[in-house]
Amino acid sequence: MKPPAFRYHSPRSLPEALDTLDAVGHDGKVLAGGQSLIPILNMRLAAPGHLVDINGLTELAYVRTDADGVRVGALARHADVEADADAHRAVSLLRQGLRLVAHPVIRNRGTTVGSLVHADPSGEMTAVLSLLGGSVELARLGGTRRVGAADFFTGPLESCVEPGEMAVSAYFPRLRGRTGTEFIEAARRHGDYAMCGVAAAVTLDDDLRIVSARAAYLSVSPVPLVLDLTETLAGATPDTAHWRAAGELAADRTEPDSDIHATAEYRRHLVRVLTARALRTAAVRGADPAVGGDGQGSDDQGSDDRECGARD
Amino acid sequence: MTITEAPPAARKKAAPEPPAPRAVGSPLPRKEDLRLVMGEGRFLDDLGRDAYEAAFIRSPHARARVLAIDIGPALGVEGLIAVYTYQDLPGRLAEPLPMLIPHPGLTHGRTGYPLAKEYVNHVGEAVVMVVARDRYAAEDACEKITVEYEPLPPVVGIENAFRADELVHPDVPGNVAGHVVQETGDARAAVAAAPYSLELHLDIERSACMPMEGRGVFARWDVADGSLRIYSSTQTSSGVRAAVAAKLELPLLKVECVTPDVGGGFGVKIVHPWPEEVLVPWVARLLDHEVKWTEDRREHFISSAHERGQLQTVRVGFDGRGRILGLDVDILHDNGAYTQYGLIVPLITSTQLLGPYKPGAYRVEFRSLYTNTVMVTPYRGAGRPQGVYAMERTMDSIADHLGLDRADVREANLIRPEEMPYDHGLLFQDGRPLVYDSGDFPASLDKIKKLVGWDEFAAYREQARAEGRRVGIGLAAYVEGTGVGPYEGGHVQIETSGKVYVATGLTSQGQGHETVFAQVVADELGVAVEDVTVTTGDTRRMGYAVGTFASRAAVMSGNAIALAARGVRDKALRIAGEALGVAPRKLEIVQGVVRSRDDPAVSIPLGTVAVLSNPLRYAFDEASKAATQFGGTPDHSRPPVAEGDEPGLEAREFFSPPRATYANGVHAVIVETDPETAEITVLRYCVVHDCGHLLNPMIVEGQVHGGVAQAVGGALYERMHYDESGQLLNASFMDFLMPYASETPVVEIDHLETASPMNPLGIKGAGEAGVIPGTAAFASAIEDAEGFPITKMPIQPCELFRLRQRFEAGEIPPLRRRAGAPNNVDEELCQP
Ligand SMILES: Cc1cc2nc3c(=O)[nH]c(=O)nc-3n(C[C@H](O)[C@H](O)[C@H](O)COP(=O)(O)OP(=O)(O)OC[C@H]3O[C@@H](n4cnc5c(N)ncnc54)[C@H](O)[C@@H]3O)c2cc1C
Repeated sequence: MKPPAFRYHSPRSLPEALDTLDAVGHDGKVLAGGQSLIPILNMRLAAPGHLVDINGLTELAYVRTDADGVRVGALARHADVEADADAHRAVSLLRQGLRLVAHPVIRNRGTTVGSLVHADPSGEMTAVLSLLGGSVELARLGGTRRVGAADFFTGPLESCVEPGEMAVSAYFPRLRGRTGTEFIEAARRHGDYAMCGVAAAVTLDDDLRIVSARAAYLSVSPVPLVLDLTETLAGATPDTAHWRAAGELAADRTEPDSDIHATAEYRRHLVRVLTARALRTAAVRGADPAVGGDGQGSDDQGSDDRECGARD
Repeated sequence: MTITEAPPAARKKAAPEPPAPRAVGSPLPRKEDLRLVMGEGRFLDDLGRDAYEAAFIRSPHARARVLAIDIGPALGVEGLIAVYTYQDLPGRLAEPLPMLIPHPGLTHGRTGYPLAKEYVNHVGEAVVMVVARDRYAAEDACEKITVEYEPLPPVVGIENAFRADELVHPDVPGNVAGHVVQETGDARAAVAAAPYSLELHLDIERSACMPMEGRGVFARWDVADGSLRIYSSTQTSSGVRAAVAAKLELPLLKVECVTPDVGGGFGVKIVHPWPEEVLVPWVARLLDHEVKWTEDRREHFISSAHERGQLQTVRVGFDGRGRILGLDVDILHDNGAYTQYGLIVPLITSTQLLGPYKPGAYRVEFRSLYTNTVMVTPYRGAGRPQGVYAMERTMDSIADHLGLDRADVREANLIRPEEMPYDHGLLFQDGRPLVYDSGDFPASLDKIKKLVGWDEFAAYREQARAEGRRVGIGLAAYVEGTGVGPYEGGHVQIETSGKVYVATGLTSQGQGHETVFAQVVADELGVAVEDVTVTTGDTRRMGYAVGTFASRAAVMSGNAIALAARGVRDKALRIAGEALGVAPRKLEIVQGVVRSRDDPAVSIPLGTVAVLSNPLRYAFDEASKAATQFGGTPDHSRPPVAEGDEPGLEAREFFSPPRATYANGVHAVIVETDPETAEITVLRYCVVHDCGHLLNPMIVEGQVHGGVAQAVGGALYERMHYDESGQLLNASFMDFLMPYASETPVVEIDHLETASPMNPLGIKGAGEAGVIPGTAAFASAIEDAEGFPITKMPIQPCELFRLRQRFEAGEIPPLRRRAGAPNNVDEELCQP
């Protein structure tokens, strides 16, 4: 469990980092929080010739919130995003999801952008970005491009970041209307990658009738899966909605795989149960009078730090 | 000395009562902790900064023939020092590793070679050893070496091993390493004649010790002296020393083995010598250079040891009160590819299965079977969790069959205190009769019922059910043979500084021996705990020793050290008596000073007594003048050292009891299972524990806590996921799930202290108890919550989900006590 030899680069600025990445091309890898990359190197599952450590690029250590959403820089740690009060008010799903990412010590090092690039289909942030229809900004020597969530994730542990490129930020747009969100999951242990996780957003009209219900899933598909479940709930109020029907529809539309922690059948069952639970909580939050007409804004949304997402 | 059956009270009278407050019995903070939490621990990998490091190429196949090894491409790797294969091994190193524990039932014991000879028998078996300037270079070289294998069909799983379509070792028929039957009475006839009978088929899976620190060994050869110093992260330095001396054909006196701080063992490190433990010293001598190997986690998963896997068939006959009349148990035990540690695990299962109960006529038969997997050797609990699981599943089944309370059925079968010592008529793992020496089992059961609120639980369960929640309670009792022989030694020495130095040969892996043994000595000698320094596991200080396993350290070394301390005390009083002109029996030792009981002003510090104990030619400081030929007031009619006496204020004693002493306890757990997701949550975990006198209650509770954490792991999280080709699918901490603090319940503990008559301190072992009944208690509680039988452990949510489906499909019968009650998932639960 020792990595093969590599050259270590520690650029002090973004241009310098992009220069280096350009020079090393296919043989280079960005080192951010290292929480995923270092184990991969130690197990010799990857053997890049060059590591470009971006931990010196402090200009990228930011979380910025404006009227439209939250922009997270490449060096913002999960813990920074989780703790950011403005970000939480604008996009509650961030904190709701982040508290389920591993443990505090890992969140102190791991970066939110890094976890998107890592593109683990069990990563909470991949589901959040996908549900919100966010994007990632990629830079290379001489140019940048913005890639929407739907195109960003190309396969399990595969994103569209190309050699010579690095992700400089991710953008999480604010949800509009009277919308409530929830993120729950069932994991073997507290902080483990989930057997199944659901990020849900439910939008209500002024009569508190459901106009939109969408959910994004973890660990049940090779890339983050977003389902529109509105058809089963439209017009219902949080009190009358048939959540289980939404869960059934979601279960019908997922094709999970089996692994040693959960069979495909059990995963699909979790999709059914957790979808119903997450949508219901999201709808109840959306109906909360504290939530204004312009989307979210309640300090209370998901700020409770419950230990186990699946129980409520 | 050897203790026979003298009751502790009688012995205590011989020595004067040490003054209060006593160190023994108080929850003193651990002496070792400051060092450990300050990062000043010295673990194996902290040593040998300049040592060459070894890495191993290990078999990727579960069963294969090694055809060819091409090391050529590795030769250019920078920093490579040497590469070794089986062909390079000289003399006794080329022989199979020792069969540590022979047994007449172990008819076909097999062990591996330090490096694979022709066949590999499990994924992870060492094939090539690479030595390089550091571990990075060694792993680079490993990557470049190619080993050509001819894969052979592997044997994985107990059923396959028993079917024996393929043989792990071609010369072992039926894959049976060992077969043992023990019987008292005619159990089969008793079952047949009983008014009621049941048959259970039980399954328990593998887990492993998983100490935080893996194995590791570091060796230093002194070419001029022809001597070898080994540091090993082991549970037996004396065992490693003897094994290496034999393998390398060195005189024992030219080999030393020292254990540095050890980051946990839990059993796996009692096995010895591991291939690396003989190879590293051999290479250190060959290269005349320090060599080190530190196991990494993947290596630990695939090339050390596992435990627990068994299939059990229980046939039981009982009367209308649930009293067992006959018990007939058949066990198939998976021992993995080799039997280096013999049949110890199934031997323990088959005897300790009986727990605190009288089984009527008892017959147990086990077969220990080879599979192409990592070998199985004791892991904390060592076969007992499986045995307790068999017995307690049986108790629950009897209760359910008869419609009786589960605790009442247990009560009806308990051995009563007045029946002690209780002889089961069987042989225990130490080759000695299974005779319980002490315990009050009815009192233990009573205490747990009170602690957990057993009698009130039915109402709570119904109330929870009405709220759409499922809760269940379970309990399980055990008896644990602890402190097995053959012996352990203690050496106690008072230096002229007045400080006391203690050594015992067995090792420490974090148990707190430095503290507990110091407490024992402090009381025996009348000195402060801070003035006592304890060394363990260093053959330079104590050459004769056995090791730390079987909850034996406190019992064996604790008592040996107490006896040695009494020897030193006697000598100190004699010398002080001569110096003070007071009869020794009129003296006492208080805070390191010997003084007259009648007149405390007549006194002499222990340090001065130490000076006087060693007649000197040369003074080295002011204090030592008194011991030189012209100092003091010597009696010229006597030699300076009297006949039969020795210089120095020290003593060495050995403790060797005739057989084990038996601790006991009962655990109860309350769980909640999610009616929809089938997730399992622990609501309460209660322990009643009897290990005799508590030397340090805090340390005992710590042992129990750690054991319970492992019990939770074994019941709900841990297993070894081998696929049919013998690959271990979860050989990392990402997929082998041990409970975090967030999964470990708060443990509520109540103690019972029934003294053991088997040793001077009246103690019984406490090291393993916490883990033993956990799996059984969880199975009982989950069954209680769900209403159908649980026969396979561990259990994870997706399995509970599957059982519910089968139950709803009518494939699993309900518990009788629930047969009438509704048992459907509440469809409306997710409605607001
Ligand atoms: C025990 C444990 C449990 C975990 N549990 C969870 C969990 O439950 N949920 C979860 O989502 N995650 C989990 N993680 C992963 C954690 O969130 C990681 O931090 C995250 O996946 C990667 O972020 P990082 O900053 O550590 O990236 P690194 O490990 O440094 O990099 C990961 C990959 O992304 C690339 N990369 C990183 N940043 C950039 C960038 N700016 N531009 C281009 N490429 C980049 C790297 O080259 C590498 O390929 C866990 C990790 C551990 C160790």
